[in-house]
Amino acid sequence: MPETQTAQKDPVIVVLQLTGGNDYLNTVIPYNNPLYRDNRKAVGIPDNQIMHLDKDYGIPHYMAPLKQFWDDNKLAILHGVGWKESPRSHFRAMDIWHTCEPIKVGTEGWLGRVAREFDPKKENVVTTVSFGPSLPRSLAVPGVPVACVAGPLEKYGFLPTIQGEQRKQVLERFAAMYKPAIGTGPVMDYMADTGIDSLKGEDILKVAPQKYSSTVQYPNTPIARKLKGIAQTHLADLGSRIFYCDHSTFDTHAGQNPGHQNLWTAVTEGVDAFMKDLREHDHADNVILLMFSEFGRRVRDNGSGTDHGAGGVAFVLGEKVKGGHYGEMPSLKPEHLVQGDLNPNMDFRSVYSTILDKWLKLNPAPIVNGTFEQPAFLH
Amino acid sequence: MAHQDDIALMAHLMRRAGFGAGRDELEERVKKGYEATVEELLHPETQPEVDAYTLLRYQPASLLPGGQPPMGNVNWMYYLVNTQRPLEEKMALFWHHVFATGNSKVDNYDQLLEQINLFREKGMGNYRELLLDVAKNPTMIFWLDNQQNHGTAVNENWGRELLELFSLGAGNYTEKDVRECSRAFTGWTFETKIPRAPYGRFPWKFEYRPEDHDDGEKEFLGHKGRFNGEDIIDIVVQQPACGKFICRHLYNFFVADEPQVPAWPIEPPQDQKAIDTLVGAFRDAKFDMKPVLRTLFNSDFFKNARFKHMKSPAEVVVGTLRLVGGHELPKPGIGELSMQPTYMGQDLLNPPSVEGWHTGKEWINSGSLMARINFVAEKVGDTSLPGVQAIIGRLKQRGSLSPEQLVDGCLDQIGPVEVGADTKQELTSQAKEWGQISWDNGNAQIADQRVAQMLQLIAATREYQFG
Repeated sequence: MPETQTAQKDPVIVVLQLTGGNDYLNTVIPYNNPLYRDNRKAVGIPDNQIMHLDKDYGIPHYMAPLKQFWDDNKLAILHGVGWKESPRSHFRAMDIWHTCEPIKVGTEGWLGRVAREFDPKKENVVTTVSFGPSLPRSLAVPGVPVACVAGPLEKYGFLPTIQGEQRKQVLERFAAMYKPAIGTGPVMDYMADTGIDSLKGEDILKVAPQKYSSTVQYPNTPIARKLKGIAQTHLADLGSRIFYCDHSTFDTHAGQNPGHQNLWTAVTEGVDAFMKDLREHDHADNVILLMFSEFGRRVRDNGSGTDHGAGGVAFVLGEKVKGGHYGEMPSLKPEHLVQGDLNPNMDFRSVYSTILDKWLKLNPAPIVNGTFEQPAFLH
Repeated sequence: MAHQDDIALMAHLMRRAGFGAGRDELEERVKKGYEATVEELLHPETQPEVDAYTLLRYQPASLLPGGQPPMGNVNWMYYLVNTQRPLEEKMALFWHHVFATGNSKVDNYDQLLEQINLFREKGMGNYRELLLDVAKNPTMIFWLDNQQNHGTAVNENWGRELLELFSLGAGNYTEKDVRECSRAFTGWTFETKIPRAPYGRFPWKFEYRPEDHDDGEKEFLGHKGRFNGEDIIDIVVQQPACGKFICRHLYNFFVADEPQVPAWPIEPPQDQKAIDTLVGAFRDAKFDMKPVLRTLFNSDFFKNARFKHMKSPAEVVVGTLRLVGGHELPKPGIGELSMQPTYMGQDLLNPPSVEGWHTGKEWINSGSLMARINFVAEKVGDTSLPGVQAIIGRLKQRGSLSPEQLVDGCLDQIGPVEVGADTKQELTSQAKEWGQISWDNGNAQIADQRVAQMLQLIAATREYQFG
């Protein structure tokens, strides 16, 4: 339902995945806690490079753009997120975040389920738009379309070399070849859906960059380019409700300084430009942005970086977010650590549940596979 | 003339053990025989090497490409497209999938190419030796931070991935084993004088520093001792889980698509008997890869797995370039060609993480499907390319073609590709709109175009995405 007023006001979620395991303790720094200094001899952020959020916590100076969101009460910090048996494997851990299935292998991504609720009849193939070369598992549900944009939006489309009268004919033939056939199996069905949905989506998405103009300058980084694509699509009022992008790799086993700095500089500057862009076009009110990572990192550093840990931090920001701390940072005391890691004290599905219930107005239980507490970070 | 089914089987072997082959090559190989072809593939030393000097003459920057694409990609793409040792190159790609190491962090294509060369040279040798070489490979050491793994400060990155992704798979060791394994590799580092930019770079070289090695007792997978890294590798390869893990990788890469690696501890293999057969060969050969590959390619489970594998972007691009020909010389434009797999979701020499790429169905999404189809269609639609001309030439010999003959002829020549009845009907409907085509009486140009357009349409089918 493109170009309608109602579409514009529907709540939208943007997910920015911090791939690789972001170091919680150097992201939201408990700067008064002596255990932080004890454990972070090599990679601790010096006091003069910490921007205080309050009397307990600070962020490193290289995340400066987030400070304004905090001061404006638009940044929620979700402490200790993860789950009890968090595996230290990136890939298994990410799968669990994506599918909400900590025990078996999930086949449905949580946001794919959301998209199916929004658009059960598949009336809008750009309900979900992902920017990046692969399809994140969190968006994948059989039969639910996702437009994956790998390069510039302008180039999104099939067989661009065939133009003119012939193009229509060839694309019709293409559509006919991709119509689902009985008994060809799930992979062929999946490809059929992908082909048909992409064919429909290309005409819709191409409009976005043509309609776009802005005074906001995005930095020249991969994550900023992705966020700009999201802004262009959102501003074109195409009825897109779910946007996805990621930045990597936060796997800072070594050389954490300056690795972590480069990563967060790119992310926070990109996010800042993105939100400015939306505000400039009066399109910020119906957007929240979730940033998460598959796990946090070990409390004690290893001499130049940090190894895989458990409990981590997530952020939600936006005009309608109630800023503040949610939950508590898990104890850094040695007797409270699990294999040297922070013991997660907020189930990641709690974060999803609040977003689903309070923002997207969906029943969380069937999407996250259970009922979880809902931290109240949304108005 | 070779029997059609022999051609189809040979085409299958060459797609999987290499990057496909044109019809002339397939016919020659059928004459030689299937098992003889397998043996030839297993003995790359019997075939000439790629002529590296030609690459350097045209693309001198690809010798030491530094940290920026695409010159590193150009280097490997040239080998992939031109090799006469297809299995050697395919095994290099296989190990690159397993020991996924990326430029995003290494920032040094010189070193990444050196690692690919290791896979080229040792990829069909003994797995234990290869694993040891990988543990000493400076690029891997840097990628997984083992230069920061000190006797006094253990860094678990390499130790964990060695167990999780390179040998046993998750669930076959404890967190304590990760720790002990990492301790055993303390002091395994590399000698470096980085960075020397902008004046160039020095090659990295493995170095063992005994003073930085934790020589204390370790307890690892039920064994106790003052283990060093090599001891760990000896223990690892003896684990039953190791053979199962490597053979499942082989099955997923060469035979048929399995679930993604993180699901392996939970989901059993689709063909347990096939895995058992491969594991038996792996064990009997004391971790030598060649007998395992021989068993694999000569098995019925392999021969019956035609089109049960989604082509990876590298397979799409290299297979297409080898089919259409004309890209043997690293001419200007090879940079863009070399980045094509990247546009389809497989940035060679730069996997998204140490886990490597998600394969099978997960190669496909709306953007990657467009990139695949658009690239192949552009190439097979170019009637100036020798491989396309060869296909036209063979069809032309029949003088004129009915719509059904055009479809069958094109499906045969571009593969042979098998398509479903519905797809075939659509292709035939399109051909019927063109009517009978003929190379007589000044119609040749139109007939050529029709063949090219039919090849484009075939390249756009779902079936064509499988190999």
